[in-house]
Amino acid sequence: MIPAEAAGLDVRIRKRFATGFALEAEFHAGPGFTILFGPSGSGKTTLLECVAGLQTPNAGRVALGPRVLFDSERNISVPVRERAIGYLFQSLALFPHLTVAENVAYGLAHRPADERRARVKEILESFRVAHLVARKPGAISGGERQRVALARSVVTDPALLLLDEPLSALDAIVKSKIIDDLRAWNASRNIPIVYVTHSPAEAFALGERIIVLESGGVLAQGSPQEVLAAPRHETVAQLAGFENIFDATVTAILEDHGTMRCRLGSSALELEVPLLWTEPGSVTRVAIRAGDILVATTRPEGISARNTFQGRLISLERRGVTVIATVDAGVRFEVHLTPSAIQSLRLEAGQQVWLIVKTYSCHLVAG
Amino acid sequence: MNWPAITLSLRLALTVAALLLIVGTPIAYWVTFSRWRWKFLAEAVVALPLVLPPTVLGFYVLVAIGPRSPFGRWYESWSGHGLPFTFEGLVLASVIYSLPFAVQPTAAAFALVDPSLINASAILGASRWRTFHRVILPLSAGGVMTGVILSFAHTLGEFGVVLMVGGNIPGATQTISIAVFDQVQDLDFVAANHTALLLLAFSFVTLSVTYALNRRIWAVWPMHR
Repeated sequence: MIPAEAAGLDVRIRKRFATGFALEAEFHAGPGFTILFGPSGSGKTTLLECVAGLQTPNAGRVALGPRVLFDSERNISVPVRERAIGYLFQSLALFPHLTVAENVAYGLAHRPADERRARVKEILESFRVAHLVARKPGAISGGERQRVALARSVVTDPALLLLDEPLSALDAIVKSKIIDDLRAWNASRNIPIVYVTHSPAEAFALGERIIVLESGGVLAQGSPQEVLAAPRHETVAQLAGFENIFDATVTAILEDHGTMRCRLGSSALELEVPLLWTEPGSVTRVAIRAGDILVATTRPEGISARNTFQGRLISLERRGVTVIATVDAGVRFEVHLTPSAIQSLRLEAGQQVWLIVKTYSCHLVAG
Repeated sequence: MNWPAITLSLRLALTVAALLLIVGTPIAYWVTFSRWRWKFLAEAVVALPLVLPPTVLGFYVLVAIGPRSPFGRWYESWSGHGLPFTFEGLVLASVIYSLPFAVQPTAAAFALVDPSLINASAILGASRWRTFHRVILPLSAGGVMTGVILSFAHTLGEFGVVLMVGGNIPGATQTISIAVFDQVQDLDFVAANHTALLLLAFSFVTLSVTYALNRRIWAVWPMHR
């Protein structure tokens, strides 16, 4: 029943809308988790719906291993109900008038009654919601509803699982427990699981492979490391955890240094950043990780970093093992420090500090 | 009390309500889910009895079922008697006349079913028919029930169409509303008042039950809007 070597998902589709929005995406999702990351409105849900058959692309091909689900050239479009795909809707879409057991059994209609009962029992146990069988979705908690919906979407043994931001409403602990159960379930099956999210943290926590989608197109794909190694795009930059992203105007090209100077926002502050073949006056964006910025209490000397500038420490906020400092240097910088650094420097809100940023910590990203 | 008219009215209204449940539900489904670009024309036709004078509708139904129309001729050769001025003719005319009262609440309820539930059903391998009777219909029970009761009540109270198509034959086509008209024409106001009061009370009770029932149905399914 379950193929030992689960088939990968191959997608190459184009879908245009009357609104002018166009989705054009090509990707491969092998067994295991693939994260589809992108801001809202980037076309993530549309992409999933095209794969599931809930929407019909204008052109392209969707295949699950050797099984072609959609092919515009060969005029193939397998109906939704025959695609054998698991789909977890953002709204969960549990049938409110049916009990948990009836919801989960819904996709097993054509199986014999005793097999149906056994499978429902088994899957509810593996997702730890067996005690809820007789309840209706309106009478259980949000986390339980997620588990029931997940159980319902996998009980049919789908060859592919699509998850549309299913856990966005849950807190991190509940979420990671559900994900663990899903991983355990998939350990023996090894089917592709495409997981849609707009949360960078979630993308990082889950991702064996990340596909970054923006404005209907795939910006980058690969392992998290590959995708993040060269964040040339703002969406990727946010994904990579670039807390500081500034609009910048190029003021001077320093060709022999391999750098250029950029003025940040409307401030007077200028930074030396890696050279991009451009002209003075052109506009770009500079992204800097909060952890890549150094703080000094006196003017640093004898240092290789090209950017040292003064600012006022506005606030210090401890979050876990990190202290988030906000520094006003014409524009506001978020700087991450360790509590011991705060202690030894005796940093306090209101004082003047020096910030140090290496040229190569300044990443230029497309807006 | 004119018992033959009362039982005739009840028999007519029950038959029409039952037929409209069978006919109106698929029409409501189609009106809600069809993506046909000329659908609005069909919607307008279904809603036509709401605005048309009953005499106009009755006139055309009469012509359509009369012995000169192909349908009328076919019916007569099939059943051995004509449709005008018979109970069957009355049923047909009433079904058309009350169609919007069955279709509109049902279609409105269908449209309120969360589309993601319908998608989820398809994803889980269900056919359209299974999606309809396992998801859409149970979640629209209140609307379907409203449609049945409204078509029942509306048929009970109709006058113009009945007069045009059925005439005024006691025991065969004379309904309560026509009996009242007859009694008033005969200046028998006491009898007219009794019959009218009965119809008024019955209609009020029917509608009260509908609204009370609907409230209860929503409370049973709190997740349904």
